[in-house]
Amino acid sequence: MAHITASVYTSHVPAVGAALDLGKTGEDYWKPVFAGYDFSKQWLKEHKPDVIFLVFNDHATAFSLDMIPTFAIGTAAEFNPADEGWGPRPVPKVIGHPKLAAHIAQSVIQDDFDLTIVNKMDVDHGLTVPLSVMCGQPDAWPCPVIPFAVNVVQYPVPSGRRCFMLGQAIRRAIESYEEPLNVQIWGTGGMSHQLQGPRAGLINKEFDKMFLDRLIDDPDGLSKVPHLDYVREAGSEGIELVMWLIARGAMSDIEGGKKPTVRHRFYHVPASNTAVGHLILENN
Amino acid sequence: MSLDKPYMDIPGTTIFDADMSRQGYHLNQFCMSLMKAENRARFKADERAYLDEWPMTEDQKLAVLARDLNRCIALGGNIYFLAKIGATDGKSFQQMAGSMTGMSEEAYRDMMVKGGRSVEGNRYIGEKK
Repeated sequence: MAHITASVYTSHVPAVGAALDLGKTGEDYWKPVFAGYDFSKQWLKEHKPDVIFLVFNDHATAFSLDMIPTFAIGTAAEFNPADEGWGPRPVPKVIGHPKLAAHIAQSVIQDDFDLTIVNKMDVDHGLTVPLSVMCGQPDAWPCPVIPFAVNVVQYPVPSGRRCFMLGQAIRRAIESYEEPLNVQIWGTGGMSHQLQGPRAGLINKEFDKMFLDRLIDDPDGLSKVPHLDYVREAGSEGIELVMWLIARGAMSDIEGGKKPTVRHRFYHVPASNTAVGHLILENN
Repeated sequence: MSLDKPYMDIPGTTIFDADMSRQGYHLNQFCMSLMKAENRARFKADERAYLDEWPMTEDQKLAVLARDLNRCIALGGNIYFLAKIGATDGKSFQQMAGSMTGMSEEAYRDMMVKGGRSVEGNRYIGEKK
């Protein structure tokens, strides 16, 4: 049977992708950001999964206001990097895993989560920046990726609780897949940041530290934090952090297994307008 | 019964909810059109003429022409959509975000390097700093 071996959490700041694409990683401003992923790149090489289930949000790229799915699973064979207005990022195309994705869609919908199934979608920096920070600049990504898009653009976004429970359903779906695949689940976005209005530039290190601590040790309690606390404390775009709870909900300790091992933890301010956070948790 | 909107008391912040989305639909879809290179070129060649192809309000069009992002947001714009205008202008996200704060580009960048805007005094409208 397939199983989840680890979860990875990371911000997906577009400027980080641009810094990499434009060869700026050696600049003083960017060095500490990329240094935070040195361990992770090596770790991913040594723990290469068969599939990555990648939770991210679309930033008015694949989904305009014509359609706003709350949860959308990418079931296509491949996904092209999107032109977000600056031209597409020069990164490999994303190869999907239609068979596992279709299996997860069927299982999770039968488990009471109403997913939108997407057979055609370009993927923006929300998906490609996490791959870049974890893999560097390869000619091809190391394995197939199932994109899972969450609406965090138009309020109300799904609650942390809903995301946490969805993660549990995704774990059950993956563990009922017959082929013995090694699957990682990644949760992306955040940490504290606000990109709009006179309060733009908000960063809250105390909130971010609390979030990382509780994500590790008290995910159930953390999942009950209401939207308003994220917006007030972590900025209007800090709400993206609910996506980390999907990945955390998929870890085995949530349903009685052992606590995961914290393999890596990193935090840095700033990358452009945003606090960068990163965690790797291994299932035991 | 009216909807509960507990987020209206956060200073300097507009939550893009269903009401704002309804008001900003055509403004945001205009922004979306700028993801195509040919549309960016047509917009740059004659901004007013391009905007007049969209059923936007006059206030929305003027806010776009003035690149007044706070005004665009007040009229239903969302920052991820408005960012397409910035991309067309060759602006970074940091330049766009900074433009809404009343700070110079340099002052905003410095604030971010020093750890960003503190949440202290910025949680509630009217809160003492």
